[in-house]
Amino acid sequence: MKIKLNVWRQAGPNATGGLKSYDIEVTEHMSFLEMFDVLNEQLLRNPDKHPEGPVAFDHDCREGICGMCSMVIDGVPHGPNKATTTCQLHMRSYKDGDEITVEPFRAKAFPVLRDLVVDRSSFDRIQHAGGYISVRTGAAPDANALPIGKADADEAFDYAACIGCGACVAACPNASAMLFVGAKVSHLAKVPQGQVERVGRVTRMVDVMDAEGFGGCTNHGECEAACPKEISLDAIAMLNTELARAAVASAK
Amino acid sequence: MKLDSKVPSGPIEERWDKHRFAMKLVNPANKRKFKVLVVGSGLGGGAAAATLAELGYDVHCFCVQDSPRRAHSIAAQGGINAAKNYQNDGDSVYRLFYDTVKGGDFRSRESNVYRLAQVSVNIIDQCVAQGVPFAREYGGLLANRSFGGAQVSRTFYARGQTGQQLLLGAYSALNRMIDAGKVKMHTRTEMLDLVLVDGHARGIITRDLVTGEIKRWAADAVCLASGGYGNVFYLSTNAKNSNVTAAFRAYKRGAGFANPCYTQIHPTCIPVSGGFQSKLTLMSESLRNDGRVWVPRDKSKATADPTTIPEEERYYYLEERYPSFGNLVPRDVASRAAKKVCDEGYGVAKHEVDGQRNAVYLDFAHAIKRDGEDAIRDRYGNLFDMYERITGESPYKTPMRIYPAVHYTMGGLWVDYNLMSNVPGLHVLGEANFSDHGANRLGASALMQGLADGYFVIPYTIGNYLATEHQGPVTEDHAAFDEAEKEVRAKTQKLLSLSGKTPVDEFHRKLGKIMWDYCGMARNEEGLKKALELIPELRKQFWAEATVPGKADELNPWLEYAGRVADFMEFAEMMCRDALERDESCGGHFREEHQTEEGEAVRNDEDYAHAAVWEYQGDDKPPTLHKEPMKFEYVKLTTRSYK
Repeated sequence: MKIKLNVWRQAGPNATGGLKSYDIEVTEHMSFLEMFDVLNEQLLRNPDKHPEGPVAFDHDCREGICGMCSMVIDGVPHGPNKATTTCQLHMRSYKDGDEITVEPFRAKAFPVLRDLVVDRSSFDRIQHAGGYISVRTGAAPDANALPIGKADADEAFDYAACIGCGACVAACPNASAMLFVGAKVSHLAKVPQGQVERVGRVTRMVDVMDAEGFGGCTNHGECEAACPKEISLDAIAMLNTELARAAVASAK
Repeated sequence: MKLDSKVPSGPIEERWDKHRFAMKLVNPANKRKFKVLVVGSGLGGGAAAATLAELGYDVHCFCVQDSPRRAHSIAAQGGINAAKNYQNDGDSVYRLFYDTVKGGDFRSRESNVYRLAQVSVNIIDQCVAQGVPFAREYGGLLANRSFGGAQVSRTFYARGQTGQQLLLGAYSALNRMIDAGKVKMHTRTEMLDLVLVDGHARGIITRDLVTGEIKRWAADAVCLASGGYGNVFYLSTNAKNSNVTAAFRAYKRGAGFANPCYTQIHPTCIPVSGGFQSKLTLMSESLRNDGRVWVPRDKSKATADPTTIPEEERYYYLEERYPSFGNLVPRDVASRAAKKVCDEGYGVAKHEVDGQRNAVYLDFAHAIKRDGEDAIRDRYGNLFDMYERITGESPYKTPMRIYPAVHYTMGGLWVDYNLMSNVPGLHVLGEANFSDHGANRLGASALMQGLADGYFVIPYTIGNYLATEHQGPVTEDHAAFDEAEKEVRAKTQKLLSLSGKTPVDEFHRKLGKIMWDYCGMARNEEGLKKALELIPELRKQFWAEATVPGKADELNPWLEYAGRVADFMEFAEMMCRDALERDESCGGHFREEHQTEEGEAVRNDEDYAHAAVWEYQGDDKPPTLHKEPMKFEYVKLTTRSYK
């Protein structure tokens, strides 16, 4: 089938970008990124016609778990399918003659590096500020010494399933990272191992989140809709609760 | 090349303890003076970087991805083995050791494997303490499952995302040390050369993948945890950025490369659907616990709706051929059996590839009838969803189609008991080394080995090197750095000067086809010799006809890729050479000349019970072969039988 692609092209972090159109022939079995492979092959084979060169985009595992792929597809991070990363989106979701516009994730805290590649190191810096339990290697008690109810363990897992892709930020009108931060805070608040550092963790992570230039949450819910791992908005509610707890605790 | 395994003597269960006592310690006050470079941030590298920093070393960690959390360990699905015996079903350290040596088809080093089984129990403790949300029973204790040919339930898991959760655990430990200022993390940074001073590994040369800056890093020791080389086949379950470059550059600087021909072909992957295909997706082999593998007995029904084929017309070939293990035979056995039925014309793929329908059914109808759809959803829901996203078909309604794909590489840089290569100071962890899995890796053992190496082995053994063999300070202005940097710059320029018409992908795809056809699931002398002619020809074409766009001082994914493919094209030759030299069948290495009448592998212990270690001799000369004999004092060499 024939697809018309409008792709954001930007030569470097400080260059001016813009949309450029390409016509491409694809099959329904292709993944969305395989369509970009085919496009890039076309661009590479015709350097005279396409002096702008192939399109840079981030990708790695191509099975929806590493969180490296991004892309805003027709205005939606990771495209139209629920609970699906860009790499797992297949062209059978489109039909012959469709026009698709592809842009990078956009947020002040995710500057564009080139074309569809953005810098998400701000996410790592939030995690550095307490996204862990302080346990030295070798200092752990027997794994079964601390039973954890299945319901709590399952809920912790649901939050821990975050792949750190940044779709929540790209989907939010405020470019808020509350869902991402909430997922980590909630995961660790749900398990007994995370209790000791609970207060300090949420405070520090939120401080860094603010300093990195992410916006606040105004309850649009776009993050939850865009999240390929279906992290629930409950993570944000829990983050706010944890912040309140921390405020009370530090006021004591 | 001297291959001294440095395995301690004495009873096997006491060796690691004895060795830990015999090793020299670094004075705590001196640790911060030692700089250690860790290349890779997966389970091996991430765990090592965090733990070495906790001990006080000055650690720098490098990864090619934009975050250490994206290392390919994250994609492991099924689980991690540990000899906890929480199920009281007869597991023990000795049994895990025995199963791993046997599963590896008697081509691994007994002492290393025993240690791996010993520390496996500590890994689970460590991960739980980090907050890793393993599956639990209703009573709150950890759940286990039986996995990939094990007859005890020793596998710990976190739904179908165990690798992700373990890696996020290691990532959190790493973050803690980054936060403390003890680890400096360098993301989007690729190691392009190893620097040796007076024969010791004393640094690396890197390229910043965003700015293109080439940089020198002098250090007191180097740990390579750069993963496996499955992408030499182009199509594999590996992430697209997984590559052999760091390990291969180390090889070219003198590190021996052991058993490169040992490749694991995973039996349960989604079949190829077209020529544009960029990678293959694995479906966890835990699915074989409940799924039954079959093909129609009537070849004309290859494309018929499988749910309409009556029970008596179904050929459950694994259950028939291996009655005691059935669908749970080890990976290499299951893969070859699938290839065999497809080669015989029973395949059920929707699309033909080279005139063959390469797929078999993995059917859950019986399990759903027995346990109910909810129970199956609970166990495999995310895998079924993933399958449906990729293929458009629901495994709840119709059997999955699966076919083997390249998944893991057991070969790697040779290391001794201390995980140090023959180049002093160069340590190699995880999939990048050769040590623990022999000729075939058992399911749920890769995560165990990566974390064992990173958390519980290297933190001790590197101290011994630094305390006893370390050579004094070296700085980045040493002549060896000048020379290495010059070579890196020259290679970058050479790649950028390629101004042909053909994208690098095409050469990679061609290389992959040569490797799959002649050095894949089954190999023979004639095919391997043919591959050894085809690969140099393809390499010549690459350097004459490939195109690499862009500049050196910018984010240039095509330059990165071209460098990795160029290395794969040299590496592939060594793989075929090794496969040719190993004139026996063992584990994942199946030489068609050596099989029983029923098609089972026939080992030759007299001539090949060794690790084959290749030493680089220059670009125009074949590498030389060295051998480390594998001695079996505890596990009796027997023919593996899963019948």
